[in-house]
Amino acid sequence: MSKPDGSSQGNDNGNPASSVTSNKDLPTTSEKQGETGSVVPKPSNSTSVQVTSEKAELPQFEKGIIDSLVSKFGDSIKVVYVKPLRIKIEVPSKDIVEIASHIRDESGFDHAESVSATDYPKTGDIEVIYHLGSYTRENLSSHILALSTRTDRNNARLPSLIEVFKSVEYHERESFEMVGVYFDNHPRNDRFLLPEDWADIPPLRKEFRIKGR
Amino acid sequence: MSEQEERISETTRLGLEIVKEAEEDRLMTLSVGPQHPGSGHFRFTVKVDGDYIVDCDPDPGYVHRGEEKMCEYRNFIQNIPHLERPVIHDSSNITYSYSLAVEELVKIDVPRRAQFIRAIASELNRQIYTLYWLAIYGIFLGHSTMFMWPTGDRELIIDLMEALTGARVTHAYNIPGGVRNDIPYGFKDRCLRQVSYFEKRLKEYEDIFYNNPLLRQRTEGVAILTKEDAIKLGVTGSVLRASGVPYDIRKAEPYDIYDEIDFNVQYLKTCDSFARAYVPLLDMRESCHIITQLLDKMPESGEVRAKLQPNPKGPPGEAYRRVESGRGALGYYIVSDGTPRPYRVKISVGSFRNLLALPHLLVGSKLGDMPSVYWSLNYWPVEADR
Repeated sequence: MSKPDGSSQGNDNGNPASSVTSNKDLPTTSEKQGETGSVVPKPSNSTSVQVTSEKAELPQFEKGIIDSLVSKFGDSIKVVYVKPLRIKIEVPSKDIVEIASHIRDESGFDHAESVSATDYPKTGDIEVIYHLGSYTRENLSSHILALSTRTDRNNARLPSLIEVFKSVEYHERESFEMVGVYFDNHPRNDRFLLPEDWADIPPLRKEFRIKGR
Repeated sequence: MSEQEERISETTRLGLEIVKEAEEDRLMTLSVGPQHPGSGHFRFTVKVDGDYIVDCDPDPGYVHRGEEKMCEYRNFIQNIPHLERPVIHDSSNITYSYSLAVEELVKIDVPRRAQFIRAIASELNRQIYTLYWLAIYGIFLGHSTMFMWPTGDRELIIDLMEALTGARVTHAYNIPGGVRNDIPYGFKDRCLRQVSYFEKRLKEYEDIFYNNPLLRQRTEGVAILTKEDAIKLGVTGSVLRASGVPYDIRKAEPYDIYDEIDFNVQYLKTCDSFARAYVPLLDMRESCHIITQLLDKMPESGEVRAKLQPNPKGPPGEAYRRVESGRGALGYYIVSDGTPRPYRVKISVGSFRNLLALPHLLVGSKLGDMPSVYWSLNYWPVEADR
């Protein structure tokens, strides 16, 4: 019974899971889904969307969020993974403020839960991840969008997202002192948790060793 | 040399500073903490203009222990005992989300009975934490009965946890794959008896403390955190729910068996200091219902722990999992590079997120309101410093 229906209305609700849950609260993305519904597989081929294999239908809603971003910003967004309730995208640092504003205004993620900087000496860079969540949209309340960007670890400098998400203020300050990423436009890149007279390298860099270990 | 220049050179010779009268002189800077027994191990400076606070600068870090760095040197199992140090009164919750994240990375399935037991342990622990917070909140608003009662009732729940886990405060009970041991004989009846007693006590708390006109005068209408500001600042837990946002991780993203439990998210819309103090009490009452249901629905027998390999490890990857703790969402972001040790652990704690609301609320309020505002934020300095 469901098969003929699905084939005849395939273009209308290209994302069955998302149309059930999202239509009411997501006016902008659902409009875009109507347009891009038939071209959903295309961006997934060009970028590397890794849909988890065991449940192929589940992350449809998450894919809807991604598709609206990819259709707006195109190649500058690299989709790292799409899992149920979790999405991770990687963007170049020069575009991050613009993309974050778009995520806040159009996709509905309104606050940052956590900002984590991770040091990768092997590839010579530092990854900064913003875990974004939503309080205002009920259908997004269980989702986390991980917005990630990379910077050179010898000259770690990134634009701050404080103008977009006020909630990153202390998290970014912590990342500055723990991993040594300087955030442009952040009002205070200075000591927060460490002692005022701390004179060593940032402790979460990999070359900082705990004594005796 | 004029008389004034002579005086200046004399002052410089004596090594004294020349003080110029300026507009800022009407402001006085006060340092609160870290040695003050009421602020915890936490310091913030406030500038006051007369009776009003015009500037506030938090200075956490007095109990920073480098938990995140320590995690990188120990394997997934060894990390559990030290990870609960940041908040020993809520230790089942702070290891809960860690276990969930490790289970996702290592791909462990938790037995159904274990899911119930760890949910019971985390609910009991949340009450232990909230009672401790309530006791301090009471004494710093000058209500010493409210210090004695929760401290006494907390002992009863601690006894329950001791029977369950073998330790009074630092349990190390939630581990990847389940819980450390099964519940003891007769625990269910004892727990139900305790919960029904505790529900009566909560009513008495409300009568003696929350309906006390003195408390109401000191907290009602004080330090309003509007819904828009709460969302913008990204606060969590009781602070968020007191600002009219019904958001609870147990409902928003149910973990383990919470999707089978019937409960309501407790929230208030008055956005003031009183609401922030009252929501934890409502949470405790709801938690009693949850515990009763959990004990009722728990399977009578079964495994309580999945079998693990000696040094569990998973494929390279990352996980971000969160639970609702006594202070709000508690998330772990763990990166694994395929070895038995995590490559990077980031703990996103409710206290650290709620800290952003402190300057926001204190600026503009009276100095006398400072204790009620500070303690209403449900702030735990040790957890924020990690």
